[in-house]
Amino acid sequence: MLHRHRWLTPYLLLAPGLAWLAIFFLAPLGFLAYQSLQSGSFDFGYTFSWDWSNYWDAISTYRGHLARSFIYAGLATVIAFVVSYPLAYWIAFRGGRWKNLFLLAIIAPFFVTYLIRTLAWQNILADQGMVVGVLRDLHILAPDGRLLATSTAVVAGITYNFLPFMALPLYVALEQIDPRLLEAAQDLYASRVKTFLRVTLPLSLPGVFAGTLLTFIPAAGDFINAQLLGTPNQHMIGNVIQSKFLELIDYPAAAALSFVLMAAILIGVAAYSRALGTERLTG
Amino acid sequence: MSVAAEPVAAPRRRSGVWVFIREQALTVYAILAFIYLLLPIAVVILFSFNDPKGRFNYVWQGFTLDNWRNWDGVPGVRSALVLSLEIAALSSLIATALGTMIALALVRYGFRGRGPTNFLIFLPMSTPEIVLGASLLVLFLNMHLATGFTTILIAHIMFCISYVVVTVKARLVGFDRHLEEAAKDLGANEWTTFQKVTLPLIAPAILAGALLAFALSVDDFVITYFNAGSEVTFPLFVWGAARVGAPPQVNVIGTAIFVLALAAMTVNIIVQTRRGRQEKGTE
Repeated sequence: MLHRHRWLTPYLLLAPGLAWLAIFFLAPLGFLAYQSLQSGSFDFGYTFSWDWSNYWDAISTYRGHLARSFIYAGLATVIAFVVSYPLAYWIAFRGGRWKNLFLLAIIAPFFVTYLIRTLAWQNILADQGMVVGVLRDLHILAPDGRLLATSTAVVAGITYNFLPFMALPLYVALEQIDPRLLEAAQDLYASRVKTFLRVTLPLSLPGVFAGTLLTFIPAAGDFINAQLLGTPNQHMIGNVIQSKFLELIDYPAAAALSFVLMAAILIGVAAYSRALGTERLTG
Repeated sequence: MSVAAEPVAAPRRRSGVWVFIREQALTVYAILAFIYLLLPIAVVILFSFNDPKGRFNYVWQGFTLDNWRNWDGVPGVRSALVLSLEIAALSSLIATALGTMIALALVRYGFRGRGPTNFLIFLPMSTPEIVLGASLLVLFLNMHLATGFTTILIAHIMFCISYVVVTVKARLVGFDRHLEEAAKDLGANEWTTFQKVTLPLIAPAILAGALLAFALSVDDFVITYFNAGSEVTFPLFVWGAARVGAPPQVNVIGTAIFVLALAAMTVNIIVQTRRGRQEKGTE
């Protein structure tokens, strides 16, 4: 009996998990789309009316927030890359027998609750804190200059919180590079720079690709850093979506904004993967 | 940049001084990056021993063990932590069961629809958390389902499944299927083979998936925030406390979670390293 229905086994294994994702991930996206085209108000009830103006209103009212989200997320991604690439390179090629320990240090921030590590940055960047004091003494910051409640603080927070997402894929890609390839390049009289640009960097591109996406996507939707380290002047699109859903109870506008965020991310990711050349990545 | 000054066809072993400086530069950079990664963690731990005067735990006032002795001295913190652990235990259990089944189907069976399945697994991981949380809230609102314990649980299982699938799948790929065939040759039926041979062999993979799910669940703020109703998990408690100045007890629990997670990871790495050595020894 079992043998006759063997072809069924994979489907039986898949069914419960995929059903869960269909009901609690796909269906909600459908409901979100449905809600985003409704008109009316919470008090008088919503009706579905193909109300596309929710989208145009959302985009025109909040284009500043949208732009800020993508600028902050882009900056954080670039800084995370600049910080992590040499670090991942160092661990992969110079880590020796302590590689695993260094890797543990990279993901260590993830072991501290997200909100608590953001609060730690609040503490570090606070006006009474050590960093502001030193920067003021060095005259890098004006005597009344601050770090907390500025764009710098928000970008710094986002960078820190998502940096392991950048560093880990970079490490995985760099670690897989056969050191003999680098030796071969040098035997053929390539300089260190050339070896890096022609061999190491291209071979690590899959890691760069994965790392930037894993950092950029959550960063663009984040609202915690802007809330805890910034002011309303630093608020991102996530802050707007959050407050419209949970404080202002303006569901259609909030739903429309969520889709605008998703669409913008998808377009960005598509353009990015085109620019980087997908066939080189999958090969 | 010193890099441009180097002639293209420089002999491989040029004066060691340059090479030495450059190698040390990378090491120094790596050390600075590690300090950056670990500094906020040090702050969290340090300020769990602080004795703050007033509401804000920003400035070092003096060493005390009171916060540790009196870790649940703040109203609501104990029940929030208990709720977080309950949700994490239940959601990681269910998500691990569902995710492991999907991983088994993907690795061990050929079936139609593999591509769409992989896509459905990948999609929740690449959707911003705020969209996941918001869309689930819209689903629950439209279904007239009051948000609370059940909805938090549903949400956590949803976002954990994909991570479990990816983790378990990665560890299953190198699995030696000859052992199962041997068991069947010796007359074991499919279920007995699974129970006596397959399950013990893949247990470490399942455990890794479960631990990851547990960690993700305990740490989640955004999705929970949308679907918690009046329930308060530990991250939600921290969020509320942050608005009026988080008490040092938050640092105490943050430190405890960090130490436990670190211990679990360290044990995992040691076991893996040992196993790797044993395998090398038997070859």
